[in-house]
Amino acid sequence: MTRAARRVTEGTLSSKGANLRVTAAEPIGPYTLLRVAAGPIEPGAPGQFFMLHPPGHVLPRPMSLCLAEAGELGFLIDPIGPGTRTLCNLSPGQSLHVLGPLGNGFDLTVPRPLLVGGGIGVAPFPYVSRVLGAPPAILGFRSSHHAEAAVLLPGAEVVIEPTLVTALLPDEPRDVLACGPEPMLEAVRQLAPRAQLAWEAPMACGYGACYGCVVEVDGHLQRLCVTGPVLRAA
Amino acid sequence: MTVALLNASGCLDALTAPDVAAELDAFVTKTITPEPREGNPPIRIAETESGMLNSIGLQGPGIEALLAHVLPALAEQGLRVWVSVGGFSVGDYAGICERLEGRTDVEVIELNLSCPNVEEAPESSAEIVAGCRSQTSKPLYAKLSPATWDIAESAKAVVAAGADGLSLVNTMRGMALDPVTLRPKLGRGIGGYSGPALKPVALACVSACARAVDVPIVGMGGVQSGLDALELIAVGASVVSIGTILFRDPAAPARIRRELMDEATARGFRDPLEVRATANS
Repeated sequence: MTRAARRVTEGTLSSKGANLRVTAAEPIGPYTLLRVAAGPIEPGAPGQFFMLHPPGHVLPRPMSLCLAEAGELGFLIDPIGPGTRTLCNLSPGQSLHVLGPLGNGFDLTVPRPLLVGGGIGVAPFPYVSRVLGAPPAILGFRSSHHAEAAVLLPGAEVVIEPTLVTALLPDEPRDVLACGPEPMLEAVRQLAPRAQLAWEAPMACGYGACYGCVVEVDGHLQRLCVTGPVLRAA
Repeated sequence: MTVALLNASGCLDALTAPDVAAELDAFVTKTITPEPREGNPPIRIAETESGMLNSIGLQGPGIEALLAHVLPALAEQGLRVWVSVGGFSVGDYAGICERLEGRTDVEVIELNLSCPNVEEAPESSAEIVAGCRSQTSKPLYAKLSPATWDIAESAKAVVAAGADGLSLVNTMRGMALDPVTLRPKLGRGIGGYSGPALKPVALACVSACARAVDVPIVGMGGVQSGLDALELIAVGASVVSIGTILFRDPAAPARIRRELMDEATARGFRDPLEVRATANS
């Protein structure tokens, strides 16, 4: 992988953190769409991420922005552990500390965008799609229950395992923007060397302090939060 | 206020978060080693019920890059700099101290004698301190592990060897398992345990060392609030460092400083240092 993409909204870190009010927590398939009043927090560029602190936990959790609507931020969360379960169980009116936007998002100045999402990797694409004017999209899920999340991206082609998103990748060259599990990103990378891939990694801080989220970039272990999370496939 | 507030080594990068570092009285670098290090393989971070584990493994650019690039950039930000020094032998530590000796952009050298994520030097902490003492006139702070039966004995030994101060405490070695696979969550298996769970351990260690030696103590371990900082001062710290809290709250330095003053004032003190070591008598 190599460095890529764009960073928007420079500014001091202390000005990027705020306690926001939860406005809704809507179940979508196995996931939860957590909506918060944006307050002073900017949505940033699609593909950038935010650190959400589950109340009572030691560490925040990195989440990409799913929806940026008037005065509201939406995060699609998969309850895979104690922290994400706490986030999914928040109720309207509760307070949530949010830090962001952080990292480097997608480069959207591409002529033929194609969005490719797998599972919870659908998360950043509703926002991407709105900014790009609804380009073609392919989503893959492990079950029809998970595939309910496709409602967030109207018009997307949807496949369910054992069919994989790579089966639908067109032969003609496209500018692929992908987010999903590592095996999917690896498969997309093989087929689309110029793709922009949004990765994830366990992360304590999100702003370069902890060195916890390293991935191999240009042959060295680098902090995903600073170098990514969106990286070029090659 | 006379209590200095620092970051714990490895918990902040002043180059990616300059405004956070600017809120501190001095910036402590991530531990530097003689050669560049890639660190440990992922996964490196795991949250636990009341703390976190890290197994970074001293990833860093090595002393040459620190001297050539990092220190000038920190000086440009106007930061007072403490350099945390690590290694795998007396020669490693002493060699770095020798390289730092002439640098006016380095105020203090902190010797990381207790990283739980790498192999230890075969020599004792006192031997390492003595080796460094012979190479530098800068203030030398020894950072000790809390995972020892009698930390006061370690404190006496490193002070006798020439340490000017103590940094207490480093993380403790810990482990976390994935509940489904029952395999270690961390790539290296074990890591350094930090966060709120470490505070009682830090209080006991600072208290024991403050009774045993008469040198300044930088207290750290699980500080999340001004009251936590005041408690460390009450057992003998005169400087306080914050670590894990920075990960979820980069605005913590200003908040903790404000809370610390408020907590002291609420108890009738004009300066938090007035409570120093009062819990020990």
